[in-house]
Amino acid sequence: MDAIFLQILNGLDKGGAYALIALGLTLAFGTLGVVNFAHGALFMLGAFVAVAFNRIISYQQIVLDPVNKTAWGTPVEIRTSYAETLFGDFGLFLIDYSVPISVLIAIPVMLLIGIAMERGLIRHFYNRPHADQILVTFGLAIVLEEIVKHYFGANPIPQSAPSIFSGSANVGLWLGLGENVVYPWWRLIYFGFSAIVIFMVFAFLKFTTFGMVVRAGMYDRDTVGLLGINIQKRFTIIFGLAAVVAGVAGAMYTPIFPPDYNIGMQFLVLSFVVVVVGGMGSLGGAVAAGFLLGILQSFASMNEVKQIFPGIDQIIIYLVAVIILLTMPRGLLGRKGMMED
Amino acid sequence: MSSKKLNFSRRQLLRTGAASGIVLATPTFFIKGANAQAAYCNEPSGSTVTLGFNVPQTGAYADEGADELRAYKLAVKHLNGEGDGGMLNTFKPSVLKGNGILGKKVAFVTGDTQTKSDAARASAKRMIEKDNAVMITGGSSSGVAVAVQALCQEAGVIFMAGLTHSNDTTGKDKRANGFRHFFNTYMSGAALGPVLENEYGKERVAYHLTADYNWGWSQEKSMKDFTEAIGWKTQTTVNTPVGAGDFSQYITPVLNSGADVLILNHYGKDMVNSLTQAVQFGLRDKQVNGKNFEIIVPLFSRLMAQGAGDSIKGILGSTNWNWSLQDEGSQAFVKSFGAEYGAPPSMAAHTCYVQALLYANAAEMAGTFSPEGIVKSLEGFKFDGMGNGPTEYRAEDHQCFKDVLVVRGNQNPTSQFDLLEVVEVTPRAQVEYDAEIMGGNLGPVNAKAC
Repeated sequence: MDAIFLQILNGLDKGGAYALIALGLTLAFGTLGVVNFAHGALFMLGAFVAVAFNRIISYQQIVLDPVNKTAWGTPVEIRTSYAETLFGDFGLFLIDYSVPISVLIAIPVMLLIGIAMERGLIRHFYNRPHADQILVTFGLAIVLEEIVKHYFGANPIPQSAPSIFSGSANVGLWLGLGENVVYPWWRLIYFGFSAIVIFMVFAFLKFTTFGMVVRAGMYDRDTVGLLGINIQKRFTIIFGLAAVVAGVAGAMYTPIFPPDYNIGMQFLVLSFVVVVVGGMGSLGGAVAAGFLLGILQSFASMNEVKQIFPGIDQIIIYLVAVIILLTMPRGLLGRKGMMED
Repeated sequence: MSSKKLNFSRRQLLRTGAASGIVLATPTFFIKGANAQAAYCNEPSGSTVTLGFNVPQTGAYADEGADELRAYKLAVKHLNGEGDGGMLNTFKPSVLKGNGILGKKVAFVTGDTQTKSDAARASAKRMIEKDNAVMITGGSSSGVAVAVQALCQEAGVIFMAGLTHSNDTTGKDKRANGFRHFFNTYMSGAALGPVLENEYGKERVAYHLTADYNWGWSQEKSMKDFTEAIGWKTQTTVNTPVGAGDFSQYITPVLNSGADVLILNHYGKDMVNSLTQAVQFGLRDKQVNGKNFEIIVPLFSRLMAQGAGDSIKGILGSTNWNWSLQDEGSQAFVKSFGAEYGAPPSMAAHTCYVQALLYANAAEMAGTFSPEGIVKSLEGFKFDGMGNGPTEYRAEDHQCFKDVLVVRGNQNPTSQFDLLEVVEVTPRAQVEYDAEIMGGNLGPVNAKAC
């Protein structure tokens, strides 16, 4: 029972990440009709906003030790962060909370990157075949990765959650299960965070005039245009919003595993499977499929399951995708006409 | 418009074809003639000798590859008599004079393995066929090492392996033209076993998470054998996909498994991620079976350990070499490398530097670059002053035997590089084994012209 509960928690936090990326992919596809293979790179850029902010806020003053020398004969460097020197305890607080703060910073940064990407490159491919869109966005993803690798190196760069959230929560004691049911605080927070972001995106599209126009445009772009509404401008903003969703998801994920330049690609393929299973262009489908596949993947990794079906953990997502597409060709909540031309 | 019709007779066509064939074949004829004069593949004929440094310059291990390349460049500098000489001053017995190798200035070409076997073979092939490299060295993966070693054997050049830890490199996949200075998974297990017994006792239950490929299986088997030999029980072994990223679904079952030790048979990014996540899940704060829960990482790399941040503090593992060693050779190398690049060398850099010097010395000893001469010089060669104490290139499998370091993640690092503290220097005798148990066959040396 404890093991099952833990795997559900695993699936939820993993599914949260899948759902957030798939949500952004679906937003871009549903509005602009663009298959964006650079979306994983946006997740990676968000993670590196957190890394860059941490580096800036932790920037150190270097004083050379007049007495001690390194093993190669140069003076030992004594390092103190400027933030601590200038702001004292507040400086230390900024360093400790660099990840949550960087999530806030990632919002405008990723919005600008998203809009620049759409205006500078992607709009030129609206009327081109999906294969062209895939090639150009995949190329863009590689370029972005190489730029990040050039400045940050190839190795993963660890980021810490605020020290207050660094341990594990004894979830078992809360729910009357065994004391072995512990789960890292930050992963629980990540699940809550993804649920809030998903709710906010849905609320934005459902309850605002802007969202209403966008939803109308997703169903019938031409008619909305005939009403005198510049739907293209709104779609550009939606592309920026998709970049923000991917970016904040990436920034928040950094304490869970240390980001490197390739982190986006690891999620991209799975997220495309999530989008296809959820149904192309369906926001609800993307979210549902994200959590469903996250949980299934976690259960498939249990030793008891692997003893019966060896290697099932590595194929479960694709297996489920095949079964769903065979029985429901449009995915779980797919719309008629999406990519059926 | 008029169309011009080609008017060739059958005889004219045959004549033209034959003439074209002769013209096209001419360069090949001359090249073949030139190669036929060489006694062995890429025998240096001018005033320089070219070495091929095949390291990961892109991909996940690019930082490790960059450090290897730094070490090779430093070795070339020292071999050519530039700089402070580094380990040339401590290596003994050595016939190196700092005037190149056999009087020829050392030049080099580089290739990018990308940590992919096919890419590594392609870059090694290019360096052998186009750049006339007489020796290939480097790499940061066992898969790459085994693939390139086989290629060098076929081509008839020497391969001096870089960072490769699987038993197979000098076990079932060993080749007469290949040599490994780096240690292997057997030695890691043999060195760690007694230390684990001292630190954690005899009654422990171990849970293995293992990277699902050749090196991971090799490491798991060694750790299983040596921990069971000290009385530990193996609770479960679980293979994890390489590059899994999120290991949480593999770590949560550990919590309720009854195991009190987690052994992470992972390297590189997998090690960084699995270790970080295991610590996040509170494993190190747990008490199981009345004992503190412990995590072990059998193969530690300082460059990789940086990625794990504070998670490595207090974790036991093994390493081929560490820059904090105080012997004369290590200090000379660290001083030279640090002065050149502003940071201490990694264990990958160390093994590559040593391999370059060992190859050069073997050529000097043999008086030739011929693979036959090199193999003869290196087989059974005993040396010291290279940072690992007295060392021997065993003739039976071309594996170096030397002391192995057991290290622990430093609890109180004094600098960003001070990540590992040496817990024990395990003597060579304790990690030695019979070459027969690893299988494989060296076969004959390939010293044919190419």
